[in-house]
Amino acid sequence: MALDPDTLEQLLDTVRRFVRERLVPLEADVAANDKVPEDLIEDMRELGLFGLSIPESYGGLGLTVSEEVRVVHELGWTSPAFRSVFGTNVGIGSQGIVIDGTEEQKAAWLPRLATGEVIASFALTEPEAGSDAGSLRTSARRDGDDYVLNGTKRYITNAPHAGIFTVMARTDSDEPGARGVSAFIVERDSPGLSVGPHDKKMGQQGAHTADVVFEDCRVPAANIIGGVEGQGFKTAMKVLDRGRLHMGAIANGIAERLIDESVRYALEREQFGKPIGEFQLVQAMLADSRTEAYASRTMVSDAARRFDDGENISTEAACCKLYSTEMVGRVADRAVQIFGGAGYMAEYPIERFYRDVRLLRIYEGTSQIQQIVIARNMLREAANS
Amino acid sequence: MKMLIPVKRVIDYNVKVRVKSDGTGVETSNVKMSMNPFDEIAVEEAVRLKEAGKVEEVIAVSLGVAQCQETIRTALAMGADRGIHVASDTDLEPLAVAKLLKALVERESPELVILGKQAIDDDSNQTGQMLAALLGWPQATFASEIELGDGTAKVIREIDGGLETININLPAIVTTDLRLNEPRYASLPNIMKAKKKPIDELTPEDLGVDVTPRLETLKVDEPPKREAGVMVESVAELVDKLKNEARVI
Repeated sequence: MALDPDTLEQLLDTVRRFVRERLVPLEADVAANDKVPEDLIEDMRELGLFGLSIPESYGGLGLTVSEEVRVVHELGWTSPAFRSVFGTNVGIGSQGIVIDGTEEQKAAWLPRLATGEVIASFALTEPEAGSDAGSLRTSARRDGDDYVLNGTKRYITNAPHAGIFTVMARTDSDEPGARGVSAFIVERDSPGLSVGPHDKKMGQQGAHTADVVFEDCRVPAANIIGGVEGQGFKTAMKVLDRGRLHMGAIANGIAERLIDESVRYALEREQFGKPIGEFQLVQAMLADSRTEAYASRTMVSDAARRFDDGENISTEAACCKLYSTEMVGRVADRAVQIFGGAGYMAEYPIERFYRDVRLLRIYEGTSQIQQIVIARNMLREAANS
Repeated sequence: MKMLIPVKRVIDYNVKVRVKSDGTGVETSNVKMSMNPFDEIAVEEAVRLKEAGKVEEVIAVSLGVAQCQETIRTALAMGADRGIHVASDTDLEPLAVAKLLKALVERESPELVILGKQAIDDDSNQTGQMLAALLGWPQATFASEIELGDGTAKVIREIDGGLETININLPAIVTTDLRLNEPRYASLPNIMKAKKKPIDELTPEDLGVDVTPRLETLKVDEPPKREAGVMVESVAELVDKLKNEARVI
């Protein structure tokens, strides 16, 4: 149910305050220690951030996508490592259950995901299957009332903290493509499941990824999301559709933070006897960043509204993910340029954001995959018209 | 026990306040407004007392324009139980506010009223004291700690150069200082639930209070602009300037 404007405004205002008063001052510490403090995570739980997208009937806020992207946009003002703490519960970790789960699965997990008691992680990528997700090799062999999982998942966000994983595994070994894939809810303490050490990454310190290894890991057959084999890839694609708008909103939020930092620096920093913001070449960079960020925000807000209206926005979601994450890459690059030497120094937040945003063009579908999705949809529509 | 918490809608503390070009007041159109921070501390204290089981009901009150309801909603989201809005488009002065609050106290019979010690817009620091006087109740201003006893309250007050601990009989008026507590962020689920909590609407006429202003603002000025500093070459020059230009030593 959509919120009335006053309530939404108050919600956004609270998130904005939390981000600027509590999170921004801790950005450098979180990056240096590669850890989000536990008491801060508790504050995030109390604030209700884990339940943004989980229906109200299961204890979440049940935000529409239009509302969710506005909240996420506010969260973009700070390091994406903070969002990562609850990001998988809002997005890819929980949405499989929200969209396609059985009533029992929803009742068992969604209330605990909404409060943040349990962290959910999404395990699709493998050492040999990234963009070509349909070729994944993790197998799930039926054995009585269980499935037995074997395989390795790679770069799994929040794996070290997860209580449950949404795991994509091949239930039909005769079907090499996407149709042989099913989605499972796998609990962290299932025998045969192990999580590797934290990966060392270029950026987003404080957010953790790791391998998840399944060795004869037994999972009850009742844990197939939706209760039907072979639907896993469809579930994954639905999850990623909504996730693309979420990613777009994060990129837009970070872009606005970088623009704000850039403008303030341009006013302050003097060269040749005046603030560098008075030089037209610097102005051009500021103007380009502002224009692109505005276009991107408008795209995401339009696509989110159409998603809420029930339109199929698969193409638009890919357009948003592609444009916004490439856009924030350019904005971050210009921010480094405007800051000059200071932009390269770890003393300022710019170089950290520059590294952080690089990931946005890669995960949840690379820019190239988005291009392919967009173009294939275009060609299919044209052929069918 | 019942508590009444008046909350004022003021210009947000992050906003850089500007004087209107004609000098009649400060610019408030298209300016972000929020709850007076000292009132937020009052709401937090009330909600904590309620959570500790010492208070049954917390009523948030705001007086003024229609948008004051948003301020009441914030208090409800933080944990107040219900709201009362006294609608008025008149610029309400501290005495008018105190009289309206007195009328509400008589209707609601709270045993404790906690107010912010002052509002960050006009910095009057009068309403709590006036309300105590009008009601003939004890008052403990600038509280940094409140401990409820049996029919009494022990309050630690921040005074110049130290702290003062006093015991007052209930019902009483307390005003908050900055260090009383650190207000919570209203949780997002509670913000959504606050919409369902009731807000009564009244007018000054319903309460039989004349709110006609008694003061007239003649002029509002910006503080003088700070001038740029200068670098001095030596200690001798600094001492000379302090003596002869600034005349401070």
